[in-house]
Amino acid sequence: MSYQQKFSVWRGDSDGGDFVEYDVEVNEGEVVLDVVHRLQATEAPDLAVRWNCKAGKCGSCSAEINGRPRLMCMTRMSTLPQDTTVSITPMRTFPVIRDLVTDVSFNYEKAREVRAFVPPADLAPGEYRMQQVDVERSQEFRKCIECFLCQNTCHVVRDHEENKLAFSGPRFLMRVAELDMHPLDAAEDQEGLNRKAAAQDEHGLGYCNITKCCTEVCPEHIKITDNALIPLKERVVDLKFDPMFIRRRKRKSKEKEQVSEEG
Amino acid sequence: MSEIETHSYDVIVIGAGGSGLRAAIAAREAGKKTAIISKSLFGKAHTVMAEGGCAAAMGNVNPNDNWMVHFRDTMRGGKFLNNWRMAELHAKEAPDRVWELETYGALFDRTPEGKISQRNFGGHTYPRLAHVGDRTGLEMIRTLQQKIVSLQQDDFARTGDYEANIKVYAECTVTDLIKDGERIAGALAYWRESGRHLLLEAPAIVMATGGVGKSYKVTSNSWEYTGDGHALALRAGASLINMEFLQFHPTGMVWPPSVKGILVTESVRGDGGVLTNSEGKRFMFDYIPDVFKDQYATTEEEADRWYTDADNNKRPPELLPRDEVARAINSEVQAGRGSPHGGVFLDVSSRMPAETIIKRLPSMHHQFKELADVDITKEPMEVGPTCHYVMGGIEVDPDTGQASVPGLFAAGECSGGMHGSNRLGGNSLSDLLVFGKRAGDGAAAYVDSLSARPVLDEVEVKRAQERSVAPFGDGSQDGAENPYTLHQELQQTMNDLVGIIRKEEEVRQAITKLGELKERAKNLVVEGHRQFNPGWHLALDLRNMLLVSECVANAAVLRQESRGGHTRDDYTTMDAEWRHKLLVCTADGDDGVQIVEQEQIPMRSDLMELFELDELKKYFTDAELPGGATA
Ligand SMILES: Cc1cc2nc3c(=O)[nH]c(=O)nc-3n(C[C@H](O)[C@H](O)[C@H](O)COP(=O)(O)OP(=O)(O)OC[C@H]3O[C@@H](n4cnc5c(N)ncnc54)[C@H](O)[C@@H]3O)c2cc1C
Ligand code: SF4
Ligand code: SF4
Ligand code: FES
Repeated sequence: MSYQQKFSVWRGDSDGGDFVEYDVEVNEGEVVLDVVHRLQATEAPDLAVRWNCKAGKCGSCSAEINGRPRLMCMTRMSTLPQDTTVSITPMRTFPVIRDLVTDVSFNYEKAREVRAFVPPADLAPGEYRMQQVDVERSQEFRKCIECFLCQNTCHVVRDHEENKLAFSGPRFLMRVAELDMHPLDAAEDQEGLNRKAAAQDEHGLGYCNITKCCTEVCPEHIKITDNALIPLKERVVDLKFDPMFIRRRKRKSKEKEQVSEEG
Repeated sequence: MSEIETHSYDVIVIGAGGSGLRAAIAAREAGKKTAIISKSLFGKAHTVMAEGGCAAAMGNVNPNDNWMVHFRDTMRGGKFLNNWRMAELHAKEAPDRVWELETYGALFDRTPEGKISQRNFGGHTYPRLAHVGDRTGLEMIRTLQQKIVSLQQDDFARTGDYEANIKVYAECTVTDLIKDGERIAGALAYWRESGRHLLLEAPAIVMATGGVGKSYKVTSNSWEYTGDGHALALRAGASLINMEFLQFHPTGMVWPPSVKGILVTESVRGDGGVLTNSEGKRFMFDYIPDVFKDQYATTEEEADRWYTDADNNKRPPELLPRDEVARAINSEVQAGRGSPHGGVFLDVSSRMPAETIIKRLPSMHHQFKELADVDITKEPMEVGPTCHYVMGGIEVDPDTGQASVPGLFAAGECSGGMHGSNRLGGNSLSDLLVFGKRAGDGAAAYVDSLSARPVLDEVEVKRAQERSVAPFGDGSQDGAENPYTLHQELQQTMNDLVGIIRKEEEVRQAITKLGELKERAKNLVVEGHRQFNPGWHLALDLRNMLLVSECVANAAVLRQESRGGHTRDDYTTMDAEWRHKLLVCTADGDDGVQIVEQEQIPMRSDLMELFELDELKKYFTDAELPGGATA
């Protein structure tokens, strides 16, 4: 049940590169990553690729297959047409390091800018009580395997390098939503940090025009747009009418003024 | 050689899995400037793959649970070969370590009272595994990763530099530990991206590099599991124990061939899944060993009642410790009662409604659908044993994680002792937390105790640098070897000859073959340049795999009994005279090993008293028993 399949794999580095054609044997049940491994073991021992689990759990093997952003380890060869050449290219939004490996440090920088969970000061470890229904919303977002396919796909940054500074991308806006929906996050009470406002002011939520392209490519089938981004946008709107919040914002800016006067 | 990038730290943690991250958090919280080094990207370490859960006797689901029950289960699972002090610390501290994760933001599944939910697992008396569906490892690694980020945010607020006190070196591989005399002084690594060397100088190093499964053909482990930490420690003068004990998980996927070995979580059985052979028989009832006769159900009716009334019924034999189940499956297949692709059937479809399956086992549902065209809500899975976990590892002091080399610490899968001859499911994630923290604290305390920092020996650094680029060759080698070919031969050898059932003559063949492979590895030549070159990376990893495989095979020949993850066809029973002996591997030259027997430290009497005498008699010699014929 084996057959020969034509592949066109992008090879090169930050200075540029080109497609290289390969004719590879494919066996029953194989996924694209198997083919890449066969290439490494035969014709192209130095073909660079990232992977770890080969089971769709670690989010390392992201690439574009026939132009579609996907995990190589979860793309079965049987789902691709046999009569045309299969193309494998690195994710387009991130700079290429070599062959199929890209520099995804953008994502780690953005991750670091989302203020972490703030534990409530009045609860000791072991005293946390949360209902399943209340944790489920955030749990959906925590299924994220950080493959960065959504980040790669979102049009706000895909062809707009200039937006990368202001926009954290769907993965990290979703992280803000996750913390905002965490039943015990004390960021607001203890640090005066309103996560909704942060999404808007610091992470560029306004750039998102809810096209859902991110949701379409998510291998974990997380409803990023419907369950994270849209609710976050709605909360931001509510915020504008929330007197408590307006007061607090004013107080904060006053505090800032005072500090600068003193300093 | 050109100028080398150098950085100084107080503590270097090699490995960014659960144990490494927990160690780094501890070291950083103790005020130490800490580096974390990882072969892959941050958040991708093997821990991410763990599915079922993290064992901790919190007693949230069954209030009868406590550390003593967990301790007993762990010792039984390991057939009493465990380092009892580690098993004790683990059982006592696991709940605190899990609760602590909630303060870092973890969101475990909940009980109706809002506490952390706990599930059943093989060998655990009560529901004990904290979990998030079947993606517990992901939750754990992400939580620890995010805790590290939060520490970096604190540092940023104070100093304006996220990396002032804790920095992650991702996609960076350590190839050698460098010493100053007897003490650790640092490590040499290379960036995978550029291939350039990097020197990290530090008085204390915590090894947290995980396991060795990539030496086997059928394995649940990823490419990272090449035994680097085991080999680096060995070459630096540390000892390894229990290397003959490898856990073959009973349920790996068997079809299609390209996914053979990928794990099917034990939660499938914990939640009610049953194993059947080609005759439709639930065969596990035929495989309950004598030592476990009192704890497992003997009829299907009783076994099924246990799921709803665990206090008044005995548990199903599908939930025996892993070594028992793996051997049983192996025997069924050998006897010609296997499934079409050489496994047995694991069925949940006839046991619970489709919605329940999708809710409780979402990633298994997804995995089988995507990779095998099997809908587990409608049909059984086909499963068979897969190389999963190494019980053996770096010998450490239980309380501090310190190895025999001053300045070297170890935690997690690359350390040895805690699990004895067989690890219970769920006991690894908790092990990572308990001993990760202890090793981080241990390393910090060691650094505080030093009067002067060790100094890197430049000659050693240079030698290590040269060794790591040797595979590029100088064009003079004839009969050059390809790393991929050698790796495949190694995997086949270990799989066939030092696998789940071992025979002396086969293991000896393996040892001979390993010797040949080691010779051939001297002629390894890789193509291309140093920039992200997987052929080169594999060539370097191979050196470690060969050394570790040699430890496994040589220890397997010596241990003339069957126990846990070591089953001998020619010595089929457990022998109490072997229980109190450990096989200790040390380096012999640069790439050889020697093994000596070492006596276990006798178990503390108060821990001994936690067991019935009748049970102890099954494992201990008369002389070791309380009131026994001592001298
Ligand atoms: C599929 C699967 C499911 C599992 N499910 C469970 C479960 O449900 N419950 C449970 O308790 N256990 C489970 N286990 C076991 C458990 O996941 C592992 O034992 C555990 O995660 C190991 O963690 P660790 O911290 O020791 O190492 P790992 O998480 O493996 O991390 C090792 C780290 O070391 C780094 N490293 C290695 N070598 C080098 C080097 N030379 N230089 C630099 N860095 C290096 C790697 O890059 C990596 O970051 C499972 C294992 C598998 C494979
Ligand atoms: S929904 Fe928003 S975040 Fe997602 S792709 Fe569209 S614009 Fe980007
Ligand atoms: S949200 Fe989905 S697509 Fe985006 S990084 Fe996470 S898993 Fe990948
Ligand atoms: S290799 Fe882990 S997701 Fe593909």
